[in-house]
Amino acid sequence: MKEDTVLKIKDLVVEFDTEHGRVRAVDHVDFELEKGRILGIAGESGCGKSVTALSIIRLLPKPVSRVAQGQILFQGQDLLTRPVHEMHRIRGRKIAMIFQEPMTALNPVHTAGRQMKEVFSLHFPGMTAADRQARSMEMLERVGIPDPGRVMNKYPHQLSGGIRQRVMIAMALSCEPDILIADEPTTALDVTIQAQILELIKDLQKRSGMSIVLITHDLGVIAENCDHVAVMYAGQIVETADVRGLFKHPLHPYTRGLLVSIPSLARHSKTRLPTIDGSVPDLSHMPGGCRFADRCPDVIDICRTQVPQLKSVGKGRKAACHLIPVDPDQKKY
Amino acid sequence: MAILEVSRLKKYFPVLGGVFLRRIGWVHAVDDVSFSVEKGETFGLVGESGCGKTTLGRCIMGLYVPTEGAIKVRERSLSNLTAFQKKNLASFLQMIFQDPFESLDPRQTIQQILEEKYKIHGYDPAGLSKEIQQLVSRVGLSRDSLSRYPHEFSGGQRQRIGIARAVSMNPEIIICDEPVSALDVSVQSNILNLLLDLQQSLGLTYVFISHDLSVVRHMSDKIGVMYLGQIVEMADAGDIYDRARHPYTRALLSAVPVPDPDADRQRTILTGEVPSVENPPSGCRFHTRCPHVADICRKKTPPLIAKDDEGRHVAACHFF
Repeated sequence: MKEDTVLKIKDLVVEFDTEHGRVRAVDHVDFELEKGRILGIAGESGCGKSVTALSIIRLLPKPVSRVAQGQILFQGQDLLTRPVHEMHRIRGRKIAMIFQEPMTALNPVHTAGRQMKEVFSLHFPGMTAADRQARSMEMLERVGIPDPGRVMNKYPHQLSGGIRQRVMIAMALSCEPDILIADEPTTALDVTIQAQILELIKDLQKRSGMSIVLITHDLGVIAENCDHVAVMYAGQIVETADVRGLFKHPLHPYTRGLLVSIPSLARHSKTRLPTIDGSVPDLSHMPGGCRFADRCPDVIDICRTQVPQLKSVGKGRKAACHLIPVDPDQKKY
Repeated sequence: MAILEVSRLKKYFPVLGGVFLRRIGWVHAVDDVSFSVEKGETFGLVGESGCGKTTLGRCIMGLYVPTEGAIKVRERSLSNLTAFQKKNLASFLQMIFQDPFESLDPRQTIQQILEEKYKIHGYDPAGLSKEIQQLVSRVGLSRDSLSRYPHEFSGGQRQRIGIARAVSMNPEIIICDEPVSALDVSVQSNILNLLLDLQQSLGLTYVFISHDLSVVRHMSDKIGVMYLGQIVEMADAGDIYDRARHPYTRALLSAVPVPDPDADRQRTILTGEVPSVENPPSGCRFHTRCPHVADICRKKTPPLIAKDDEGRHVAACHFF
């Protein structure tokens, strides 16, 4: 493990029990998060990006799902083997998470202030009530809420979507975690509010030096906020690269297809868009070879029989495709 | 000649409160909106949640009765229609909804869903099987999908069924209310292509409602930007993006994340939240968040006036 790596996911496999039997929602996923960096995980619905996030903090729904294989290394220890009471201390204190819909993530019968203060009483039992109040107010102010005193006394339904998401971020950051996992943090918000929230997250990240895993389906959000990107498809990572490399020279046919199919603000309008034909394969009926083979424009025979491995294809880049030549200078991963 | 004309349309919803649920205020969902759409054109309506774009679409469809103002299709007013006339309107106006999961009856097969439309309009479905088969192949579905139920289809395929239902009555105008918002990127482009193809082959006119500025730009000939129930800027699609006048339009455009890490962006980040439509701000409704606000903005409502020589680009701002 490199020195500046704060989180390393090794060979993660997550299984779900469904009515069609056991399926793999996450299939041999590997990635690293460097200190002070923002890693984006991009992919469409059902690709396993949220499940990956939930398995990091061990919040997978039980008993229908489990980590079947792999390691999640944080500060030299495998989180998957930690006892439950230790996870309680790590969750929120060291690794915090913000969710897509703050309305469902916040408790509707408690005020925002009470939920803020609860974080402190859980992780810092010695703190006095006055300190908890003061720290909560301070956190709300830091996330750009102009009148924290008023917001503290409100119930979640009395707050707008933007303010609710700010309260969630304030709660997540109140223990100054080393890692923040943000699962579609702005998907439910309007673009002008989204811009505010993303700016806020980046600003807080710069000041505290924390590392962020930003999960989103929006490639625009990835391009503007992340340092490194992993693209997921049907439970697997198909390509990882630094953000410039990925958007300037996408290698995997899926990434390439995604990028050209987005309507652009600058492009000439009312013309047909390039598309990716077909749809994502069903998790219970995964094709034998490459999972993208049925939709891939460049498919060759080997794609249907042999699973492509995620291998190094250039400086700091990996891709899982039979058609991309392996970089000879790179050591095997 | 404009095929659809909306003039000075207002839709207010009462706010009820107190023990006896008396009216304590009005929500000004759509407040004095006028525009017209030419045949074969796409008019894009863009704005953030709560700006009134969906209410406006529903008023045009006749699902809401407007508080004031007029809607004309082919110069015929849509107010005071008899029930019979309203039913006939279906061959002019149809709608595609956002959620392909909720807008299809889960207990009917696709065949039944499509037949129902014909039955309501007095056709005998027995003689229609060929027409229905043509319809599904036109929207890119196989014929055997007719005997299946909505839950057996993916989101994109369901949206195709919704589109098939909308074009089945050979309408002239289709109101598309966030037709691709619930879909993934790779599916979205397929549906947008289908809508463009149908527009070309059937000569359809679209009112395209969306919060996604890139999608609206891609689909529209003319665009209206809405804020708190009003159109604040309206122009040809290219013009809105290249020469935006209103500070809100500019902020909205600058807030859209662009999938290009090298894009040269000058971002205007708006402060504050969208005010409530129950008590819209005085003067210019955008003044509480506008970076260029001056005294006049708080007092005087800016009219929607032409900002170019031909009068095709209008904006409601005292300055730009």
